[in-house]
Amino acid sequence: MLIRPKEGILDPQGKAVERALPALGFEGVHEVRVGRLVELETDDPDSLPALCEKLLANPLIEDFEIVTNGVAEE
Amino acid sequence: MIGVVQFPGSCDERDALAACERVGEGRLVWHEETDLSGLDGIVVPGGFSYGDYLRAGAIARFSPAMEAVAAFAEQGGPVLGICNGFQVLCEAGLLPGALLPNEGLRFVCRQVEVIAQKSDSLFSSELEPGTRLSIPVKHMTGRYFAPEEDLDAIEAAGQVAFRYARGHNPNGSLREIAGVTNEAGNVLGLMPHPEHAVDPLTGSDDGLALFKAIAAQPAPA
Repeated sequence: MLIRPKEGILDPQGKAVERALPALGFEGVHEVRVGRLVELETDDPDSLPALCEKLLANPLIEDFEIVTNGVAEE
Repeated sequence: MIGVVQFPGSCDERDALAACERVGEGRLVWHEETDLSGLDGIVVPGGFSYGDYLRAGAIARFSPAMEAVAAFAEQGGPVLGICNGFQVLCEAGLLPGALLPNEGLRFVCRQVEVIAQKSDSLFSSELEPGTRLSIPVKHMTGRYFAPEEDLDAIEAAGQVAFRYARGHNPNGSLREIAGVTNEAGNVLGLMPHPEHAVDPLTGSDDGLALFKAIAAQPAPA
């Protein structure tokens, strides 16, 4: 599961990374946002959206994307 | 008797308990306990429950004790969430909004001034609106957030309990919000630590008013 800060919410972590990049010689990088990756195995893939909404992400401030066996889905 | 919940990783439960004992009786409630009978109020304390793993408060909200606290709150029992406790109550849906990392990306530990807002909540019983309280904050994830429409609704319903005084917002909280209540006014969450402001020895006893307000509540039916 990929968990990202919601669009429009200030992400100071992303901004800090963005600002550090030119000092390291990487120019022209914008819109950096930092999220989280959770990997797991499950016998019940249908339960994944509920698992994300209840625990792995806070739907008020984060969006999540489920990637199964390397294939992204809603 | 006020119950102070204790999770693995809580660190401010002892000071919260000591604050409760200045105004009445208190005891610790271990996170696996589910029997809150005999308790007139609950404090969810500050600290780093479950190491702030995943998100601050995200795991604590599923503990057996918090399920009992949710039922207690549903019946109108007073619940005070301080710092990590505020985070837990937001994650549990007992309070609106969420706490995000501080805008300055630094852990902030200093005395701030907050102003009590006009509110019908039981916690305001000892506080005139406009009263300025000097209370310490110590947190990395204290920026209060809710979508604009929700903030408008929260303000309109008189649920903003405290705002940081001008120049004292330590974390970028929207609308300077330092503490909010639920609609019914029996659950309060705030980022500053009133339990660390109960004795002039440590600079301020302004925090006592909140504990007195809980202790003043009649025992639930």
